[in-house]
Amino acid sequence: MADAALTAQAVEGGAVERGGGPLRRLSDVLVTRPRLLLVILLAPPLLWLGVVYLGSLFALLLQSFFSIDEFSGLIQYEFTLKTYGELLQPANLDIIIRTVTMAAAVTLASAAIAFPIAYYAARYARGRWKALFYLAVMLPLWSSYLVRVYSWKLILAKEGILNWLFAELHLTWLLDAVLAVPVIGGPSLSISYIGTFLVFLYIWLPFMILPIQASLERVPSSLIEASGDLGATPRQAFTTVILPLALPGIVAGSIFTFSLTLGDYIIPQIVGSSRLFIGQAVYTHQGTAGNIPLAAAFTVVPIVIMAFYLWGARKLGAFNAL
Amino acid sequence: MTERKEAAGVTSETVAVRFQRVARHFGEVRAVDAVDLDIRAGEFFAMLGPSGSGKTTCLRLIAGFEQPDAGHIEIFGETVEGVPAYRRNVNTVFQDYALFPHMTVLDNVAYALRIRGLGKAARHDRARQALALVRLEGYDDRRPVQLSGGQRQRVALARALVGEPKVLLLDEPLGALDLKLREQMQVELKELQQRLGITFVFVTHDQSEALSMSDRLAVFNEGRIMQIGTPEEIYEAPRNRFVAGFVGSSNVLEPAVAETLCGTRGLVSLRPERIALLAPGAAVPDDCIVAEGRVASLQFHGATRRLAVAAAGTTLLVMLSSAQATPPRAGEAVRLAWPRAAMHAMDPS
Repeated sequence: MADAALTAQAVEGGAVERGGGPLRRLSDVLVTRPRLLLVILLAPPLLWLGVVYLGSLFALLLQSFFSIDEFSGLIQYEFTLKTYGELLQPANLDIIIRTVTMAAAVTLASAAIAFPIAYYAARYARGRWKALFYLAVMLPLWSSYLVRVYSWKLILAKEGILNWLFAELHLTWLLDAVLAVPVIGGPSLSISYIGTFLVFLYIWLPFMILPIQASLERVPSSLIEASGDLGATPRQAFTTVILPLALPGIVAGSIFTFSLTLGDYIIPQIVGSSRLFIGQAVYTHQGTAGNIPLAAAFTVVPIVIMAFYLWGARKLGAFNAL
Repeated sequence: MTERKEAAGVTSETVAVRFQRVARHFGEVRAVDAVDLDIRAGEFFAMLGPSGSGKTTCLRLIAGFEQPDAGHIEIFGETVEGVPAYRRNVNTVFQDYALFPHMTVLDNVAYALRIRGLGKAARHDRARQALALVRLEGYDDRRPVQLSGGQRQRVALARALVGEPKVLLLDEPLGALDLKLREQMQVELKELQQRLGITFVFVTHDQSEALSMSDRLAVFNEGRIMQIGTPEEIYEAPRNRFVAGFVGSSNVLEPAVAETLCGTRGLVSLRPERIALLAPGAAVPDDCIVAEGRVASLQFHGATRRLAVAAAGTTLLVMLSSAQATPPRAGEAVRLAWPRAAMHAMDPS
């Protein structure tokens, strides 16, 4: 039956089928004009990115060049660098330095911890173990961020499980010694920079593991064999082949951990000393203080830092292997 | 480079690579199963076999990427079990070339020298010499992605040769190239090997490549070596059914057929080009075997015509030169003749 119908149609219709509904004609048009299809597919996201996202970013940048009248508390819509002058005052500069140092420390530590995990997952884990790896890395992301931060507060508190563990191991003296270190120490882990650091590290670690794992996944094992074949010891193979090829992944991961730490205002508020981070400064200035220009100027800081960071990474050849 | 060969006291009888009862298993799979092998210094040795036959695993055992589960391996008289790849003076040209994507051509080639701690100027000098050796000049600053397959292959070759290895291992290096380039590289590789005098171990699944390039070859099947010999020996006197079928094409005559045709017992190999068509009424040449048959099919292959002839209760493949006058048609009755000496008795099974 089907065969007969096919033959009949072929005889009637000749080499080219014509007609069909409007949808079919539309798909004919799109298939033969791939450029048009591309424009239709890209227009909505480009409009979103271009107008809504970049537009608001531009508005933000603009705000930072306005200033606030100290007496009336009203924003003066005149271009001035006064707000940036305010940003560079010692108190505000402290906030910036504190935040950048924390972000750098968190980034370095998460890279150091993430690399072996990612390396194992990319090179050795197969089948079920790989699934387990993804689950273990992603599972924390499924639960609420706030819940995880608060549970860390409990873990790190003076009455918390970590203190208890140190006591059981008769290592309380060690914990006390660490907490006695000026600046990073404090009365307890949950009220110190060490605590803030640990929570940041935990929360952002998946964002470092996944890009590194993806970049290592793309290094064929024959490259590692080739370096060994050419006389490189495992250590030399690591520094000359594996690390350079994983660098784009490390940079991608560090962009996440660095910028996320730069902008976060919840973790330092819940765990840590009461000293402000950039995110908290932005939060207070645009909220209670109503100083939108200074809040905007604060947000420009991470943008500038990230721009310099990417430029530096590019200069160092981090993206050469892309 | 020939001076180096003589200075080292290497004669053609020195063994470059020796395998004694070497086995390598992956779980239940016996990738390499009790292989004995002597590769002589300075020879072009091919390992031929279908995929999964163990030839690549043997190569990886020589390189040091794999360790044998049993048996003994020597490279130039030195035991290498437990010696990692980076301590072996053996280099590999990988099937996918394995060029470092983040380095320029020159840095790729100079890699082995950089690892040895040679200064930049010195190692770039020697890398350029190696690139000249493989006739790839003027691409120093390109990256591997910017090169064609043939150029990448030359870079891989230069990179493996720059450290002057005792043995060069080539893992199907021509597999990814198109036919013309492959034929050209076959000639160049052979020339290069003769010029350098380095032992080449060449893995391939292409029987014509193995025959045309190697001094000797080993035919692998299911983790074992079926036969080792010169290309002529292997082609003229295949030891068993597998070798006869894998190297070139052959008529394998079952014992019963062989007995009716010539009275010999056992399995016999008969190369199709040894069979001639006898003109009607022509006298039978001396010491020849004659069979009557009918042409079942006929194919034109350019230089040759291949006939399938139903004769003596089997189908015989016959290869005729296209230069020969009028070929028979399908269905035509023909008389075939071949010298008794063309029939080669093989191991049973």
